[in-house]
Amino acid sequence: MRSKSTKPPVATALSRTLRSLMLASAFGVAGAALAAPVKVGLALDISGPFAALGAEARDGFALGIKQLGGKLGGQPVEFVQADMAGSPDQAKQLVDRMIQRDKIDLFSGPIGSNIALAVGPTLFAAKVPYLSSNAGPSQFAGAQCNAYFFGTAYQNDQFHEAAGKFAQDRGFKKMVMIAPNYPAGKDALGGAKRQFKGQVADELYTKLGQIDYAAELAQIRAAKPDSIYFFLPGAMGINFIKQFVGAGLSKDITLVTSGFSADEDVIGAVGEPMLGLFNTSHWAHDLDNAANKAFVDAFKKEYNGRYPSVYAAQAYDVILAMDAAVKQAGGNAQNREAVIAALKKANYASTRGSFKYANNHYPIENFYLRVIGKDAQGKITNKTVSTLLTNYGDTYSDKCPMK
Amino acid sequence: MTGILFLEQLLNGLGFGLMLFLLAAGLTLVFGIMDVLNLAHGSLFMSGAYVAAQAHQQSGSFVAAIALAVLVTVVVAALLEVLLMRQLYKRDHLAQVLATFGVILVADDLVKMIWGPSPVMAPTPAALSGPIEIIDGLPYPAYRLVILGAGVLVALALYLLVNHTRVGMRVRAGASDRPMAELMGVHVGRIFNGVFLLGAALAALAGALMGPIVAVQVGMGEQILIPALVVLVIGGIGSVRGAFVAALLVGLVDTIGRAFLPMLLRATLPPATAADLGPLFAEVAMYALMVVVLIFRPSGLFSART
Repeated sequence: MRSKSTKPPVATALSRTLRSLMLASAFGVAGAALAAPVKVGLALDISGPFAALGAEARDGFALGIKQLGGKLGGQPVEFVQADMAGSPDQAKQLVDRMIQRDKIDLFSGPIGSNIALAVGPTLFAAKVPYLSSNAGPSQFAGAQCNAYFFGTAYQNDQFHEAAGKFAQDRGFKKMVMIAPNYPAGKDALGGAKRQFKGQVADELYTKLGQIDYAAELAQIRAAKPDSIYFFLPGAMGINFIKQFVGAGLSKDITLVTSGFSADEDVIGAVGEPMLGLFNTSHWAHDLDNAANKAFVDAFKKEYNGRYPSVYAAQAYDVILAMDAAVKQAGGNAQNREAVIAALKKANYASTRGSFKYANNHYPIENFYLRVIGKDAQGKITNKTVSTLLTNYGDTYSDKCPMK
Repeated sequence: MTGILFLEQLLNGLGFGLMLFLLAAGLTLVFGIMDVLNLAHGSLFMSGAYVAAQAHQQSGSFVAAIALAVLVTVVVAALLEVLLMRQLYKRDHLAQVLATFGVILVADDLVKMIWGPSPVMAPTPAALSGPIEIIDGLPYPAYRLVILGAGVLVALALYLLVNHTRVGMRVRAGASDRPMAELMGVHVGRIFNGVFLLGAALAALAGALMGPIVAVQVGMGEQILIPALVVLVIGGIGSVRGAFVAALLVGLVDTIGRAFLPMLLRATLPPATAADLGPLFAEVAMYALMVVVLIFRPSGLFSART
């Protein structure tokens, strides 16, 4: 065995002391103005089941960071980025490391609610404010709400409630509902039923990640509904829509869905068969407000004319929210109380227009009806039709003990 | 009315089964004849789907897109064979599983580099995009009939190739006793290259054909690999006939399970219990079938090995 240094130990200790003294004096000269940079942990789910959505979010984050010159509230920032691959176990480990080794001050990023639920408790224990750029699990909205959690985008149920409202307004009489057999699927149909008062002819629960929907489509044809509500995120929705149209069902049955299954990522994969699909969201790229117009223009310029999806807009919003909060907290991201108080005000130009937080830190916001059509250049994309729900909160907030 | 629904579900089950067969046929050829477990078979499937989607969008010709997808994938497979698979032929199955799993990871990242992380569009040929009324009161998606037909044709062609041609005879000879076959002057190595490329071509064909009805996205090969492996195990490793029968069985059991089990439970149990149990049973129906088959025939329905 060789020791790393050939110097005698006494000399090593001496030089080390000297060096640290020099460093200390250098900092002393620079003065108090040189605060430690703000550290932000960002989960980028760019592989795994949410890869496409994760990549959208990454582009939104990147644009926000670029526009702010890599600073938050005027303070230098270090972004600690990691791919959590949509895996709760991996996410938990990476977040532990972000907290212990990197000492992050703020956190955002995971796409899936299952990841949010896995990393939430660790972040709350370490008192790191967590701004969820997408997931809005009901668990953190009710009795288990937490001062350090902000569901900046939405509460999961709200999307489906808005879709149920649309179906109700449109006067559909008989609906079949379909979702994967897992907690979010049941919540989705539950949410839609909260607002839809017509007859639900059938509720179909499918395998998570199912490829073939022929059996379900045959049942749907036999039930003769006038509309279908489907919550099949990601590839499942793509499979379903393609096969639904192929089976010729789109002539007699109207598809209704939440924005999750009808955003740019799905449109790009399905194309023409998506035309005329009604869906609901708290944001749309043609939403009429200055912040949104600036964002959509900048995004299209940055990414070859591609329209941003809701995931990109939400991620961009999170960077703006962080920027505003650090600024309002006097540039000191370590002052957690001040950061939380500032976040709670939501005092920044959100791409969805102004919104408020309820007591459980989930937004009270508008939900819009969108329909997929062609833009002026003939490109297939979403268009906003109307406002379905105005200043709409979630159904869990009264169970949250935070006031 | 219910008769038609039953018929339709039967057809759906056969269709899904034939889709699985297209994928499992190549897998079982390579595994059964060469004794190589190639998990990257799903990546070849993905390659077929992506190339076909891209070519179809650009050329507008579906047939040309399929041909190109098969061609490109066979070239990729040939490279894979030369660079990697040859080192694996003499290694054990664990080494093969690990190495070909590595190929999956590399392939997924390559696809992401070339086509990006979002699913790409694989259009259905316009003439086949709607339903056809096959019998009165039963409109059936035309495109699914094409897949049905393709599955049957491939099964027939493979049967003739393996059982009724000289090449097929050599393939069988090389598989059952390699040293003896080589003594008799058969270039087993060359034959095996051919088998590997044929397996790749079948995977590419499956991918290209399934593109228009499923999401063409990164990782799509892994998703379908599990049902394909179930088919392989039920059918008996190495038996094309076994893969065919097992694929139809799995397709039927899975579809019937999804279509009628929840209905049956709802008729007999309280609604809440039925709603919880129905989808659960439907999900495991395929695996339950595998368990039952393996209890009675541990080496599958038509094992090619003794």
